[in-house]
Amino acid sequence: MTIIEPRKHGSAADGRVGGRLSRFEGELKITGNATYALEYPVENVAHAVLVQSTIAAGRVVSVDASKALAAPGVLLVLTPEDDLGLMTAADWFGNRPENQPFHPLPKVVRYNGESIVAVIAESREQAGEAAKLIRITYEEAPAVADMDDPKASEGKLLDAMTVEWGDAEKALAASPVRIEAEYRTPREYHVAMEPHGLTAGWDGEQLTVWEPSQWTHGMARNYAEWFGIPLDNVRIVSPFIGGGFGSKGVALPYGAVAVAAAKKLGRPVRLAVTRPQNFTSYGGRAATRQTISLGASKDGVLLAIVHRGASETSVYMDYPEQTGAATPILYKVENFSSQSRVVPVNAVTPGALRGPGKNPSAYGIESAIEELAYKLAMDPLELRLKNYADHDYQSGKPWSTRRLREALTEGAEAFGWARRSHEPRSMRDGKSLIGWGIGCGTFPVIRAPSSAMIRVLKNGRVEVVSGAIDMGQGTYTILAQTAAEALGVSIEQVDVVLGDSRLPGSAIAGGSMLAGSITGAVHKTANAAREEIIGLALNDPNSPFRDTGANTLVVSEGRISVASGDGPSMTLPELLSVLGRDELEVTRNTLPDDAQSASDRMNAWTSMGRVQGPTMGDTSMHSWCAHFVEVRVDEDFGTVRVSRMVSAFDCGRLYNPKMVESQWRGGIIMGIGQALLEEGLVDPRNARTINNNVGDYLVPTNSDIPDIQVISVGVPDYEASALGGKGVGEVGIVGVAPAIANAVFHATGKRVRDLPITLEKLM
Amino acid sequence: MRDFSYTRATTIEDARQAALQAGSAILAGGTTLLDLAKCGVNEPDELIDISHIRGLDGISVGESEASIGALAKMSAVADHPLILKVYPAVAQSLSLAASQQLRNMATIGGNLLQRTRCPYFRDPATFSACNKREPGSGCSALGGVTRNHAVLGTSESCIATYPGDLAVALVAFDAVVDLGSRSVPVEEFFLEPGDRPERETVIAPGEVIIGISIPASAAARNSTYLKVRDRQSYEFAAASVAVGLELEADGRIVKDVRIALGGVATKPWRARAVEQALVGKALTEEVILSAARLSMEGAVAHGGNHYKIELAPRVVARALRTLGGLA
Repeated sequence: MTIIEPRKHGSAADGRVGGRLSRFEGELKITGNATYALEYPVENVAHAVLVQSTIAAGRVVSVDASKALAAPGVLLVLTPEDDLGLMTAADWFGNRPENQPFHPLPKVVRYNGESIVAVIAESREQAGEAAKLIRITYEEAPAVADMDDPKASEGKLLDAMTVEWGDAEKALAASPVRIEAEYRTPREYHVAMEPHGLTAGWDGEQLTVWEPSQWTHGMARNYAEWFGIPLDNVRIVSPFIGGGFGSKGVALPYGAVAVAAAKKLGRPVRLAVTRPQNFTSYGGRAATRQTISLGASKDGVLLAIVHRGASETSVYMDYPEQTGAATPILYKVENFSSQSRVVPVNAVTPGALRGPGKNPSAYGIESAIEELAYKLAMDPLELRLKNYADHDYQSGKPWSTRRLREALTEGAEAFGWARRSHEPRSMRDGKSLIGWGIGCGTFPVIRAPSSAMIRVLKNGRVEVVSGAIDMGQGTYTILAQTAAEALGVSIEQVDVVLGDSRLPGSAIAGGSMLAGSITGAVHKTANAAREEIIGLALNDPNSPFRDTGANTLVVSEGRISVASGDGPSMTLPELLSVLGRDELEVTRNTLPDDAQSASDRMNAWTSMGRVQGPTMGDTSMHSWCAHFVEVRVDEDFGTVRVSRMVSAFDCGRLYNPKMVESQWRGGIIMGIGQALLEEGLVDPRNARTINNNVGDYLVPTNSDIPDIQVISVGVPDYEASALGGKGVGEVGIVGVAPAIANAVFHATGKRVRDLPITLEKLM
Repeated sequence: MRDFSYTRATTIEDARQAALQAGSAILAGGTTLLDLAKCGVNEPDELIDISHIRGLDGISVGESEASIGALAKMSAVADHPLILKVYPAVAQSLSLAASQQLRNMATIGGNLLQRTRCPYFRDPATFSACNKREPGSGCSALGGVTRNHAVLGTSESCIATYPGDLAVALVAFDAVVDLGSRSVPVEEFFLEPGDRPERETVIAPGEVIIGISIPASAAARNSTYLKVRDRQSYEFAAASVAVGLELEADGRIVKDVRIALGGVATKPWRARAVEQALVGKALTEEVILSAARLSMEGAVAHGGNHYKIELAPRVVARALRTLGGLA
């Protein structure tokens, strides 16, 4: 049964860039026909199950695997005693330490839930049951459970993250109006619907890994370097991903374990990370705390911002969750100071989770600005507009485009902000206290080169091919639109092939950079293909266009013709036929002309080496948004429900508004969860995250989510990307939590400065 | 792989015989058992599937009582027109529990027997101490993260919360569990942990829940189930209450009132002190508030769950106001 017509669209315009084409792979997904990594039918596959530590710190003294090895179906047990012969792989930036072994099953335990042993058996059930028979003897060491542990340090100051201009301390001291407050966010987790895992198999020295990946080429490099094999020998297959949110960018230690087991056994191995293990097999968003001091004049001119932030990191790596990331760029201020620390705790190294840095940062500054508004007895919208940043005060550069003013004013209009009464607890409906709040969000435009291939086939199909991925954000769909428009073919003719490291390399689907990068590459490739087709048609001795005397030809709706309308006209397959060709294949990339060597390309597709930040050029480039939230708080119970939301965005040009709106709403929904529900609960005695399942780690359900009106106020920004768009994937979550916290304050008069806003904080 | 035998019982007598064996477990909807098997808490040697026994899924609502078969699905009871009309709190307790998918699978008998969500109970690999799992091993929850733990009916051995909703409504309306050879009031069916938290009900080896019956009453007919939680749906209660109210003919004085609490106690908790404080009185704000406070008599907080002592009386008061027309 066909539930959704493939390529369904209202008019021909929907098939072009900017059209509201439905998701290409939507039908496959909702009918269960999209094959995910753990579903690939691989013959003779063995199954691996991880055994993780139950202590927070210490040393593995011994592993007794005798009972497990004797259990039915068990093929192999890997322990810290096994030297897997792996070497440390390069970091994000391509830097690789020399001769440094990598032990994915370590002898030294650094956090509760660290993978220590893997059991591989004929079936997953056999492996799981045998895993319960593993006995690990530890020598425990003192641990720091979290940043509130009395044993936790104040943290390491990261000089590279210090931002200063003017004299913030002095200006703050001299400010007639001041506020200072500490804001805190807990550990938060990706909880993608598809848990992590992989299926891996060797064919001689060739390795194939079916694994959900936000970056097939980068992940291939991880495996190649771990196992000391050429990059070309590794193939990552990832056509569908059940959500990543930052967690599936690089290969992780469990992947090394599965691949090593497959090598030892000489047969494919499948490893499914269980839902509880997903809470410690890679890091979520770090817990943060930040103190923000604002100084202002009595009429609401912001004079100084002083920010002091800290976030948790692990005891073996510094990963800063940059609570100062949004602080410097949201408002006009002449005096600014921000410092950040990392506090080592016994937890897995935190990672990037949708809107890293900008997210907790916006929670701080957007809460603080409303606290200032109330201190000034000023409307929070008016205060924001009064201190509107006319340029980027941090870099000193002009904005490329910044329509945050329009987002604030058009959002306010759509929401009905003018009808708000300023006083807290001044709006109610029976026992429901009603509150309205604003939170602004931002996310930098990050650019990276990408490559793509286009094949025009004799059967009338056009293939767009790239190693880029689609984890639900709409890559398949917008690339078809981009190619159809640039090449001059109908959207129905276009097929898109993605998610395989054997295909042309691309930017990571992270940092909201993929859409802008890969549409640029496909646009360039499609234009080149059209030019090549026209060139062949004009010059080939067998072409009927050769004698028309035309300087150029047009390609439209899949037909090539003379611009005047006179003369021959034929479909692209007909042209290929008369030219005697089976197909036409064109590959292009967006690397600079002087960086086209093989090593340049490898570096570009497998590291952050070619990534450009928001102020690398003459301007400062960011996406922007303003969220308007209505909450209803039960006066007696303290329960908060978001009852209405309007969010206005400046993300430049939208390649497909339907996909973009879905991304924005998805981010907003995660923001609602962050504000009201999500929190990793750590047992202080053994540093274990005890709510490590989706029954106890709560994310929003459908009934927690109101109608969300989203508005685009952006204009094309051709500095940001070839087609004028800015990133859409992450900005949506940024600013939601403070908007809700601000609305809760307006409803109740209570300012909650630590997320999530659970009922006992309002009772 | 852990091997277990699977038997499909065709009669209740089959099931009883099979359930006499140590290490056996009854399988009905499977929503609790499979979950507990996955986290290593429940590892039966023999599964006795009773879901194919005929005639155990009936729902009948008569003049004097309602009878519900043990195999009736939660969703079927929640949507039953006469249950909705005659026992609204019962229907609501079901429709506010779990998710639609789970309600379509889970049975009434199994629902009564669902086990606590205490995270220490559910993680045997990490927390070896749990008196409920391993008698005498200790309680890992004491001194741990306790936001969702009980404040009523706790002991030094166990502070785990009874998680269900339906049983709370049943306790309020004096429902009875039919075990075949005997019938036990739901209130007595559940046990406080005391020094034997591994015993959660009076059910004996070889006993199988056949069904439940709920006496009809004016209070049940005018009843409500109020469940308070951070998430709008699919979350266990921070505090919940089943309340049924019958007023005298004057429409002012409380003739009969039934109140039971969920989410705050180690078993479905009948709040008799509150009921006694209300009977014979006119429902006013003052009467409601002072009576509701009695619901937390004897409550003990363990760290993060202290808010429940404040929250539960407010939930009781809100439900009383709603039923008494004061809202």
